[in-house]
Amino acid sequence: MTTTITPPETRGPTAAPVSNSLTAGKLPNGAPWMVLGASLLVSAGLFGVIALSGAEFNWVGTFVVAAIIYVATITLLSRIVEGARRSTDRFVTALVTGAFLLAMIPLISLSITVVTFGLNRFDVEFFTYSMRNVTGEGGGALHAIVGTVLMTGTAALISIPIGLMTSIYLVEYGRGRLARGITFLVDVMTGIPSIVAGLFAYALFAIFWGPGTRTGIAGAVALAVLMIPVVVRSSEEMLRLVPVELREASYALGVPKWLTIVKVVLPTSIAGITTGIMLSIARVIGETAPLLIAAGFTNSVNYDMTEGRMQSLPVFVYTQYANQGNPPEAYLDRAWAAALTLILIVMVLNLVARLVARFFAPKYGR
Amino acid sequence: MSKRIEVRDLNVYYSKFLAVEGVSLEIEPRSVTAFIGPSGCGKSTFLRTLNRMHEVIPGARVEGEVLIDGNNLYDPEVDPVLVRRQVGMVFQRPNPFPTMSIKENVLAGVKLNNKRISKSDADALVEQSLQGANLWNEVKDRLDRPGSGLSGGQQQRLCIARAIAVSPEVILMDEPCSALDPISTLAIEDLIEELKQDYTIVIVTHNMQQASRVSDKTAFFNIAGTGKPGKLIEYDETTTIFSNPSEKATEDYVSGRFG
Amino acid sequence: MTTAAAPIRAKQRPGDRVFSKSAVFAGSMILVTLAAVATFLIVQSIPAFVADSEDASILDSNFWAYVGPLVFGTIWAAALALLIALPISIGIALFISHYAPRRLASVLGYIVDLLAAVPSVVFGLWGIGVLAPAVQPIYTWLVDNLGWFPLFAGPVSGTGRTILTAALVLAVMIIPIITAISREVFLQTPVLHEEAALALGATRWEMIRTAVLPFGRPGIISAAVLGLGRALGETMAVAMVLSATGAITFQLLTSVNPSTIAANIALSFPEAYGINVNVLIATGLILFIVTFAVNAIARWIVARRAEFSGAN
Repeated sequence: MTTTITPPETRGPTAAPVSNSLTAGKLPNGAPWMVLGASLLVSAGLFGVIALSGAEFNWVGTFVVAAIIYVATITLLSRIVEGARRSTDRFVTALVTGAFLLAMIPLISLSITVVTFGLNRFDVEFFTYSMRNVTGEGGGALHAIVGTVLMTGTAALISIPIGLMTSIYLVEYGRGRLARGITFLVDVMTGIPSIVAGLFAYALFAIFWGPGTRTGIAGAVALAVLMIPVVVRSSEEMLRLVPVELREASYALGVPKWLTIVKVVLPTSIAGITTGIMLSIARVIGETAPLLIAAGFTNSVNYDMTEGRMQSLPVFVYTQYANQGNPPEAYLDRAWAAALTLILIVMVLNLVARLVARFFAPKYGR
Repeated sequence: MSKRIEVRDLNVYYSKFLAVEGVSLEIEPRSVTAFIGPSGCGKSTFLRTLNRMHEVIPGARVEGEVLIDGNNLYDPEVDPVLVRRQVGMVFQRPNPFPTMSIKENVLAGVKLNNKRISKSDADALVEQSLQGANLWNEVKDRLDRPGSGLSGGQQQRLCIARAIAVSPEVILMDEPCSALDPISTLAIEDLIEELKQDYTIVIVTHNMQQASRVSDKTAFFNIAGTGKPGKLIEYDETTTIFSNPSEKATEDYVSGRFG
Repeated sequence: MTTAAAPIRAKQRPGDRVFSKSAVFAGSMILVTLAAVATFLIVQSIPAFVADSEDASILDSNFWAYVGPLVFGTIWAAALALLIALPISIGIALFISHYAPRRLASVLGYIVDLLAAVPSVVFGLWGIGVLAPAVQPIYTWLVDNLGWFPLFAGPVSGTGRTILTAALVLAVMIIPIITAISREVFLQTPVLHEEAALALGATRWEMIRTAVLPFGRPGIISAAVLGLGRALGETMAVAMVLSATGAITFQLLTSVNPSTIAANIALSFPEAYGINVNVLIATGLILFIVTFAVNAIARWIVARRAEFSGAN
């Protein structure tokens, strides 16, 4: 089998091509960037001409048109030089990158808007005053912040024990039909629309206090319904990550099962569980619809979970927008300031959650 | 400090599947007994029935008797948790608790059971157990560092120290050296030699040289084929098993003509 | 632990018993909660099913005529959102998993996840304040130049707050969900399949088409259905952005738009009284059933995929 080797024709010093034969028929490495630059220039020139006639220079339009020119040019160029297959590849690469950049547009636009509008009223008064007896300018979101903290805190108090114990049941004890049933129901619960959770809490408390009552505790129950499945899911995942060997090591030392769970399994997974709980809080703290339904809205600070309506930050954003008075700017500024506050809280929760996961996770040493 | 184990006609099932069939043997106190045999022959499964660790696996159950100094482990009134305090276990891969320091790992059996222990007693127990596991000199300056920072061999000796800290009568070892390098393996083998002064030791190993080096008696397990139950083929003095076995299968296996 | 004819049972210690009982109790609470949600919704809905315009002021004739346009609007808006979000999400997921430099991948994934952290009420505010004015000129252009196409028929909405804008906001909200799941699935593509394709001289796109996409298809489908479920139940963004009139129409750019169930509840509930409350709760029950069905389909697809994954 080794006798039929033909000597390579293009090898050898005499036949050496000027350039490497492997790079033949390929666009140079810098080509995409050059095409991109050219597309941007052309597009900017185009919109520059339009801008000369008096209109404002359209940045978004410039980039969109540049993107279209780029995709068309690189595909065409590649088709001529490199053939259909590589041309398709370059086309898809451009599309996929474009999809990512496209998704960045709302994110950037949203961040800029929230920060610029939000800072108008992001002042001391905003955090120290409620809306009681305020019409027009001034006032603040103290009552909404108090309500958000109380209701989210109560929801967490309800859902963390139930969620954590359920995940322990599913991982450590669950066998057979009950476990399968609970797993299924947790899935169903994950899919409950938030407004339906609000309706449920409203209907539940309408029985005890009569129709039309809206209280902080009803809002907390609505949030708990949304929070429990998230806590169960994330804790379950974390508990399953604890190696079986650690449980066995503990059993082999003559430690009963419940002490093994409390003292070995939970401490090993506590960082991940904490992260999951914080993310679930971050998720429900921005919920508007269920609180609008179950807790209502008010202009005054209310510390009593069982009596009277309770405002919350997201509902504050909504009501300030929906019930604009005079002057409307004052109401919109308060709405944006509350939106900024809310986003900051959610971001901080997310960030801290990820830091906890990174720094407190145990090292398994392998 | 050490006890005699007597197994009578033991069957082990995983749900409906019969994994080990009809094992009867006696293990003398203060001796090292090795279980050898091909993969999947049920030797690890059988080892786990000696302290009821098989119950951790869902669906696993046994028929028959295991007597430790005449007391049946499988008597309905027996608490498996108490059994495991008398019969300790060391696993295939070292598994120190990642959230605990070296010292806490040694004290794990005491602390995890919510027992109070004075600081001086605790320090004495830690030193004594780590001495017993030939680890004291290597870690005495860093007892508060995490156990996962040690090398694989040191981690395994830490696990042995953890097992002897609860003062068991018997120590079961499930391929304790299979994840270790040769030098660490030698350290563990030396340790086994010392531990047998005080404890009854049962060790599962894939390494026949190891079995011949450390054990007094050897049990050879085999299976007839996949899906068939594992059986005890021959159980005798280690020297007999390796030089003059009475069964053909044993001879084939120890001389490397297996399969 | 032991099954069937097990002669020996592990003796239960008091600590174990208390602990396992409370674990079972917590698990059962989920059962109870869900049963309670279903029961309360059904009980409160019954008066609505038989009500007419004399009992409830928001009804024109009967309940089903009231809920019909809402169901249409809910599904239409969610479907549009999915249509917009799905290709973009797959693109982003591919970009992160197979195109972006390895070191950047997790950071980029985190940036996309940030979108999911924004509360829906803030999306609503942004939709009215920024998106609607920005797309209105485009809508005008579409109606002027492509008005012959039924979906783009005029007259154009002057505010831009149409069903298409609401769908765009919904799309932005479900993109991170679909992206996150698709990305995970793409990353799980067996390296062997990818390398086999590359070794045959495939370009990156050909490798993705022959190895990554077929492997990820069930994952993409279930991600899409989960995103759809989220879009169906989304309330505030739609309630704020959409200027609804309650008509059944497919036109995207006019000021005549269907509302969605969730948005309608949020807008009408604060002022509702008497049987009107029951009517709104009944629409909530229908939303619950629709999302439940959608999620059940997603789970079924995921389960089927799990059965096949052993073969890979």
